[in-house]
Amino acid sequence: MLNKTKDKAETGFLASLKDSPSTDEFIKGLWRENPVFVQVLGMCPTLAVSNTAGNAMAMGLATTFVLLMSNMLVSSLRNFIPKQVRIASYILIIASFVTVTDYMIQAISVDLHKALGAFISLIVVNCLILGRAEAFASKNTIGKSFLDALGMGLGFTFALLCLGAVRELVGNGSLFGYALLPGSYQEWVVMILPAGGFFTLAIWLLLFNGFKAKSQKA
Amino acid sequence: MKSESLWYIFINASLINNFVLAYFLGICPFLGVSGKMETASKMGGAVTFVMIISSMCAYGLHALLTAINAPFLQLISYIVVIASTVQLVEMFIKKMSPALFRALGIFLPLITTNCAILGLALFQTNKGYGFVESFVYALGAGTGFTFALILMAGLREQLNFAEVPNLVKGTALTLLIAGILSLSFMGFAGLGS
Repeated sequence: MLNKTKDKAETGFLASLKDSPSTDEFIKGLWRENPVFVQVLGMCPTLAVSNTAGNAMAMGLATTFVLLMSNMLVSSLRNFIPKQVRIASYILIIASFVTVTDYMIQAISVDLHKALGAFISLIVVNCLILGRAEAFASKNTIGKSFLDALGMGLGFTFALLCLGAVRELVGNGSLFGYALLPGSYQEWVVMILPAGGFFTLAIWLLLFNGFKAKSQKA
Repeated sequence: MKSESLWYIFINASLINNFVLAYFLGICPFLGVSGKMETASKMGGAVTFVMIISSMCAYGLHALLTAINAPFLQLISYIVVIASTVQLVEMFIKKMSPALFRALGIFLPLITTNCAILGLALFQTNKGYGFVESFVYALGAGTGFTFALILMAGLREQLNFAEVPNLVKGTALTLLIAGILSLSFMGFAGLGS
């Protein structure tokens, strides 16, 4: 139900993207079925580590990596895992990849590992990853699962960045650690604190809802 | 960790660093089952129970893993223990109270993926708590979770009678309330120290 003039204005590139089903698996996670804004999945890390844009980015990429690997493995094993123990097997697969990621981040940057703390390990219980394994990877081919995971992961990273950027800019006057606002700016410390996370996410959800309501009316 | 009294650990886990409102752990059930007071309190009870059991097991597992020098298995073994405890609780509730089983619905098996429980096990390992301290920590965290859930359910029951613009209804409103709750919980900082 998009605006008609907007449809016409779309270039051939975008139109061709929409027609091909495999790219659609990729695109849907970014916007239409965005894991955070639309499906409201994976809230805990979203709120907890989005106090700075840098942390949000690192968390998003780590989650994307785990999502990609677990989706591909689940998809390739989908004919071998008995139905009764599938959830347990998925969790084991995810936990293994999270352990790998945990040690990898520790090797790359100890500071980052400290900043993210237990939340790297907590990727295991991110509903988004188990949700994708159960809802998509267990029924689709490896290629499709790869694209789905990539789209969902990047959509998740995008949402985390949206939150992290706003919270860091308003609460600390900086972005990715670089001071952007003049020194006379009075920081809203509350935005970095837990309460700010709830408020920022609520406002983003409102914006998203408003946008959706508008495009449905048009 | 002798410097922390048991009372302080309890207050710290339940109020000052409330798992839901300060650590953002267990947000999914917090948003999902906080619609009704009764379901919320029973959900809180189930989560507290799983927390205590898995925290005890995590203590034993940690000792075992340190003994055989395999810390990389920590995450995997914790999650397996939690998953089996949840399975147990699920069977128990199904047998004892089918009505409650239906009310909790999908959120009962989802306790497995409740970050609060895995988070609790990881935090207590990081802090190096002993057996008794772990127990008190788990009890405090469970109480805090139940408390937050019940507060939220009470507010949302009242909200049913309020006129709210369509745009704000649903998750956005719940998040706004959670933000205000979280602000008020900041007032507990410094308590019991």
